[in-house]
Amino acid sequence: MKLIVALIQPHKLPDVKKALYDAEVYKMTVTNALGSGQQKGYTETYRGVLQEVNLLKKLRLEIAVNEEFVEPTIEAIVKGAQTGKIGDGKIFVLDLGECIRIRTGERGQEAIG
Amino acid sequence: MTQEVIQISTVGLDTLWVLLAAFLVFFMQAGFGMVEAGFIRAKNTCNILTKNFLDFCMASIGFFMFGYAIMFGDGNVFMGLKGWFLAGAESGARVPLYAFWLFQAAFCGAAATIVAGGMAERMKFQAYLIYSFIISALIYPIVGHWIWGGGWLAALNFADFAGSTVVHTVGGTAALIGTILLKPRLAKYGPDGKPNVIAGHSIPLASLGVFILWFGWFGFNPGSSLSVGDGSLIALVAINTNLAAAAGGISAMIMVWKMFGKPDLSMAMNGALAGLVAITAPCAFVDPWAAIVIGSIGGVIVILGVVLLDKLQIDDPVGAVPVHGMNGFWGTIAIGLFGKESLGLAHNGLFYGGGFKQLGIQLLGVSSVIIFIVISMSIVFKLINVTIGLRVSREEELKGLDIGEHGMEAYGGFQIFTTE
Repeated sequence: MKLIVALIQPHKLPDVKKALYDAEVYKMTVTNALGSGQQKGYTETYRGVLQEVNLLKKLRLEIAVNEEFVEPTIEAIVKGAQTGKIGDGKIFVLDLGECIRIRTGERGQEAIG
Repeated sequence: MTQEVIQISTVGLDTLWVLLAAFLVFFMQAGFGMVEAGFIRAKNTCNILTKNFLDFCMASIGFFMFGYAIMFGDGNVFMGLKGWFLAGAESGARVPLYAFWLFQAAFCGAAATIVAGGMAERMKFQAYLIYSFIISALIYPIVGHWIWGGGWLAALNFADFAGSTVVHTVGGTAALIGTILLKPRLAKYGPDGKPNVIAGHSIPLASLGVFILWFGWFGFNPGSSLSVGDGSLIALVAINTNLAAAAGGISAMIMVWKMFGKPDLSMAMNGALAGLVAITAPCAFVDPWAAIVIGSIGGVIVILGVVLLDKLQIDDPVGAVPVHGMNGFWGTIAIGLFGKESLGLAHNGLFYGGGFKQLGIQLLGVSSVIIFIVISMSIVFKLINVTIGLRVSREEELKGLDIGEHGMEAYGGFQIFTTE
């Protein structure tokens, strides 16, 4: 079992969701996140004053998967989120110690489902 | 001497009334802004408000330079040709020119701003600026001249008291052409053609906008009397305006409740606006009971219109076409049904034994206006499209037009959760 954490551009979410659905990955958690990477932000103007924005808006996707779904999930996220430009984001793959479905008390691979 | 004093004070009173109404109609600009902002997503709010703000600026200048001359200047039956930049222009009513101009300019701004909602969330800002100048300086005044400026429809006794056709059918039809040419927003319609919900981001803002519009309509309709008289006309118009709005709100709510299971506030509010648009033309020519009927039917039309547009995959984010276009049409022909000769109409309506005469004139008038707008606005939008482009890029649309077009957000410091 792995926990896949991906940080992506907010406006790429529709594409990522579509790619994940095509790969038959339907379960995910999405949260708003702020962060900075190589890009080091961008500039906005407000009332004529330039403003450096260094924490960019990102979305954080968390997807818990069984082993056989790890590669398809990664591929789907890359396919959906990639533009080739700086700021596309990162994917982290973590070992997942345990998973429990609260409704039934199932554990492990079945609970991920 | 006393005669002269009475004369001066009557003109003064009328001027005060027309200016007061002009100020109310100006405030409707805020109403349109709030309705449209509330019904779209947070990421495009700054953009729509900039459009609403700038189109009134554009309309004011455009209507000063060319619009007034085309609408009210001496000329032929198609358009006026005198009074450019108000030089040598004359007032179209008993009030001073500048008061009359301000009232008419506020109307012109309303026609222009209707289109922003229909084309929201994807139209380039620069394209919108050019469009808003052209419609206020040229297109709207030509229609206005036909009906209010002594043009060919006025000669036929076509009746449109406060502008169901002149303002709302013009704005609504232009919005329809614009939204068809722009194509739907991304992800609005699935591959199977089913519409997806792209929910508005602030129902409180939209509600505030509807209340402001309703309030402003008390200037829009009663002010169109252009004089106070003995007060009976503006009183009739005011009560009719209010009753139609109320009836439209109720009938739309009942409709949407029956069709979709819940009393959807956004649709009930569209219903009230539909009632207001529908009563705008007939408000001076019908009895209060007829205003209730006209408003109720308006509320039904708006719900069916929204459903129909989604079936045809025409994406109108705020319902500008059903509210202003379809109900502008309905209100105009309603004169031919419920209108009364005793209230100043040329012929009795169908239900008062006048036959099809007035109805036919109304149908001819509103249809001619629709055809004219379809042709002229198609040309305008197509020209803008091939020169600077109508629509923003896919990436900009997904990121939001606030950052893309203006480099600033509507809600700085807030976290906006964008999911589609």
